[in-house]
Amino acid sequence: MDAFFNNMVELFANITNITWQQLVMWVIGGVLIYLAIKKEMEPSLLLPMGFGVILVNLPLSGAITQGDEEGALSTLFNAGIANELFPLILFIGIGAMIDFGPLLSNPKMLLFGGAAQFGIFFTISMASLLGFELKDAASIGIIGAADGPTSIFVANYFKSNYSAAITVAAYSYMALVPIVQPPIIKLITTKKERLIRMEYKQKDVSQTVKILFPIIVTVIAGLVAPKSVSLIGFLMFGNLIRECGVLRSLSETAQNVLANLVTIFLGITVAVNMNAEHFLRWETILIFILGLIAFIFDTIGGVMFAKLINLFTKKKINPMIGAAGISAFPMASRVVHKMGRDEDPANFLLMHAAGANVAGQVASVIAGGLVMTLVSGMIG
Amino acid sequence: MTIDLKAFLDSLMIMLTGMLGIIIVMLVLYLVIVLLGKIKTAPKA
Repeated sequence: MDAFFNNMVELFANITNITWQQLVMWVIGGVLIYLAIKKEMEPSLLLPMGFGVILVNLPLSGAITQGDEEGALSTLFNAGIANELFPLILFIGIGAMIDFGPLLSNPKMLLFGGAAQFGIFFTISMASLLGFELKDAASIGIIGAADGPTSIFVANYFKSNYSAAITVAAYSYMALVPIVQPPIIKLITTKKERLIRMEYKQKDVSQTVKILFPIIVTVIAGLVAPKSVSLIGFLMFGNLIRECGVLRSLSETAQNVLANLVTIFLGITVAVNMNAEHFLRWETILIFILGLIAFIFDTIGGVMFAKLINLFTKKKINPMIGAAGISAFPMASRVVHKMGRDEDPANFLLMHAAGANVAGQVASVIAGGLVMTLVSGMIG
Repeated sequence: MTIDLKAFLDSLMIMLTGMLGIIIVMLVLYLVIVLLGKIKTAPKA
């Protein structure tokens, strides 16, 4: 009888290992799952991540390495995130999904993609001011890339201590673009500016240009920021598969099967760093605030750049287009289009905004590479 | 966590270089695309 009793006690002994911090993490995991299912906030990432949070915060969880016993999630983490492989493979899928047509038919939108990365650099400075180490400040700033895989890639490249919080913040704010951007845009534009109409002329873009574009982008970005070659290269490789016209089945596989498969592993594996010890600290709150600042200043950068251009051009640009230069696709372009229609139902800004938006996707990746190159040079 | 003014001033250099760098890269890409468009649409002799 004693033996039976002892066995039962041993069987359930792990329950006594639960800490209040782990309970808080279960709640956070539950909130992520709730947001994914009920609010449809980036569900493909937040749901696996939410479940992963619960997995890694069970006491003595076998999913993560405990002493000499290697856990499956830790193995996946080392195989795909510690070496930045999963975000890169995901980029092939994303590249295959992007249609650069609206950008190629209106290439000046590229400049708005560049200007709307201002939040990244502004936030790096703010995070440095608040005492974060430069490598962590750079990783936090990349939340402003509004691009989840880039955030994961750069944070892991710098071996940031806050990669989990950075990833959650990046994906959360990407989903919150329709809430974050409109008040900022309204604050810094006048009604007259928001009413500016922009004519859109559909221009045919030849297949040769569509094929040359990913190659040229890779070469130019690679020459300026060699550390961005894998990031931009994988993105553009995916796009080349899409546009070449002879690899339709590979393109479809990259867009669907490959992207979905990697997303499943990426989401659940990112959670490895979301153990209570790493996540429950006040810096996490600070990172969320800085992430918001990054998105706000991305928007300001894009809008102000459009206003600057308007000082020198006859054909005025609706400055709201600048706000679509952040990478969050297609949310940012939809936000701008909707705001334009709210002001003037006959104003159709979608194609311009879509051009700026895909430019933002290219620019955010290049910005990631620039940050890696510049910061690596400074920290040696 | 403390306010680190020196780190902030150092990071301003990253901000300036980074923003200038990205605008230049995008400008070069813009010029290349415009050039490509012109080559593709140039009338044949």
